Amino acid sequence: MTALLEVEGLRTGFDTREGFLRAVDGVSFEIAPGGTLGVVGESGSGKSVTALSVMRLIDRPGRIAEGSRILLEGRDLAALGERELGAIRGNEIAMIFQEPMTSLNPVFTVGNQIAESVRLHQGLGSKEALDRAVEMMRLVGIPSAEQRVQDYPHQMSGGMRQRVMIAMALSCNPKLLIADEPTTALDVTVQAQILELMKELRERLGMAILLITHDLGVIAEMVDEVVVMYAGRVVERGPVADVFASPQHPYTEALLDSIPLLGMRYSTPLRAIRGVVPSPLEWPTGCRFAPRCDYAFDRCVTEDPPLLPVPPQESACWLCEHGRRVPQVRRVVA
Amino acid sequence: MLAVRARSPRAAGASGGGVTTEVSAIPEDGGQGPGPEPADVLLSARGVKKYFPVRTGILKRTVGQLQAVDGVDLDIFRGETVGLVGESGCGKSTLGRTLLRLLEPTAGEIEFDGVDVRRLGGRDLKAMRRHMQIVFQDSVGSLDPRMTVRDLVGEGLRIHRLERKHRDVAVLDVLERVGLSAEAAGRYPHQFSGGQRQRIGLARALVLRPKFIVADEPVSALDVSIQSQVLNLLVELKQEFDLTYLFVAHDLAVVGYISDRVAVMYLGKVVELATSEELFRRPLHPYTMALLSANPEPVPGRKHQRVVLTGDVPSPIDPPSGCRFRTRCPIAQPICAEVEPLLVPHDEGPDHVAACHFAGTPIQVGAQHADVA
Repeated sequence: MTALLEVEGLRTGFDTREGFLRAVDGVSFEIAPGGTLGVVGESGSGKSVTALSVMRLIDRPGRIAEGSRILLEGRDLAALGERELGAIRGNEIAMIFQEPMTSLNPVFTVGNQIAESVRLHQGLGSKEALDRAVEMMRLVGIPSAEQRVQDYPHQMSGGMRQRVMIAMALSCNPKLLIADEPTTALDVTVQAQILELMKELRERLGMAILLITHDLGVIAEMVDEVVVMYAGRVVERGPVADVFASPQHPYTEALLDSIPLLGMRYSTPLRAIRGVVPSPLEWPTGCRFAPRCDYAFDRCVTEDPPLLPVPPQESACWLCEHGRRVPQVRRVVA
Repeated sequence: MLAVRARSPRAAGASGGGVTTEVSAIPEDGGQGPGPEPADVLLSARGVKKYFPVRTGILKRTVGQLQAVDGVDLDIFRGETVGLVGESGCGKSTLGRTLLRLLEPTAGEIEFDGVDVRRLGGRDLKAMRRHMQIVFQDSVGSLDPRMTVRDLVGEGLRIHRLERKHRDVAVLDVLERVGLSAEAAGRYPHQFSGGQRQRIGLARALVLRPKFIVADEPVSALDVSIQSQVLNLLVELKQEFDLTYLFVAHDLAVVGYISDRVAVMYLGKVVELATSEELFRRPLHPYTMALLSANPEPVPGRKHQRVVLTGDVPSPIDPPSGCRFRTRCPIAQPICAEVEPLLVPHDEGPDHVAACHFAGTPIQVGAQHADVA
């Protein structure tokens, strides 16, 4: 038992008139204590629903299907009741979201809100809780924390609000921090500050990070292991350096190749992936990427490829059946 | 067609390098007669400012001016793509809209195709608008959900009084060129994906056969695989329709990819302007350097040393004195608070300009600056 979090065959969907609509369809991954895992995908890939499922924050009509296992140090979160979950959320797993403005309550001071989570989860008194709030705000690099603890969310900038969210999330020393697009709403220079902060805090506090993002650049900077999702499935996973240097799934390859790097010019057309991400209502049979794939052949349309081992990665592509393939990434690294 | 009226001789101030060194003042009349090559310049802006009044209280008293754009000189040459990059609130979108006179400039001169845009009114302005179009980021908000694609794309033609049957031919033609099928014409915006809606936005702009398009964050809301489709399309269309673009975005890699020249904006001012290659190879302004180093690149192991800027962008209502970047600048000196640096060439030739007293000074990695905030 080495993994901190082990997700196995996670299926999350929504009950609709047409039946159970799957958003996440059999996702497995694990994170070691203190490890970093990134989940990357485009909109509709199911990455955010995956994160919410781990926190058990899926509300009706959504639900986690039977047979899904979410093991936190051996305990199956998928089978826990609300009360037991309350003890785990915030204490052992904490989460930060993309939009700190909507996650913070506008009528309470930020200090109050950080203190509340400490009181609730750690049973500290009001005075100690507020001291802890100041301490946490200092930890996340908010200047003159003693004064700013009295600020309301609207008095802070987007970057500062995200720092408050991080302070709140880390105030109970969680073992796992789930960050769902934590810097997507921020400007690049502020994003750089927040990413540096998260790295530094991880080293200092030793928590594991599950980072959900659409941004491959953020993934490359922040995590060691990556899971690439497409249409509710994991299509590739492995160490970031290997996945990015030699992507084994055609989707990963195309994704990497479609991003302009600094210094690339329009004289070289970007790789375009034809078509659009299919909605869960119309997931194709066989490989879900096949209709948009440049390498698809007959088998891809009929048979769904499982995750095949191509050490150190795994790739859900029939081309990987007999070992690694040579990806055609044309990227010029300046 | 266009009544070319009252051509202002003031554009003569431009010396040909694409940029004049005057930043805040409106250049006075050239003195030596008309400049040598206004023919190549499609759009020329001099000292353009756009302020928004800040009002508070029940009496809506004006208590200040938000200086969204504060003295920008820019020449856009025919057939080129100029990128405008900066963080939120730097004034890049406001500048794009002011150049089209979608926003009335507070001060400054804007000449489009040799015509003083600010003096146009009524019919002449409408005729001019045909040649300058805009594509927005928000394809949901900018397309009326109750109109079919045929009517949306044909709207400009209707306004310019083209008959219905000619209109429909033109609409179908332009839809095909942006990669949409003819059957799309009968459908409504909500039936399309984000990327397709962005194509509808492009078709709306292109159907009037404009000379100039301001593309305001056209790919920012799109997934990467769709973003590359739209970027490639923009490049193709530019060739096909002989277009000139002003491409406004916050993503430095995207702007650099599509643009011939890039202007970096900070708090209402252009702080650096150079060709795309030159800007990436030899950034001169510390803010450009910081932007470049903050850009997360999907290349593991290339974890470059970061210039992490402290603090946030100051308020454009009360910008810092002197150089506006000085409060976050790792190399700021006392002079930066007193003297505003001009946007001038340094050692890199006349076409690479930067507004910094210490342009080109390499930034110390991890340099800490006293937190002024």
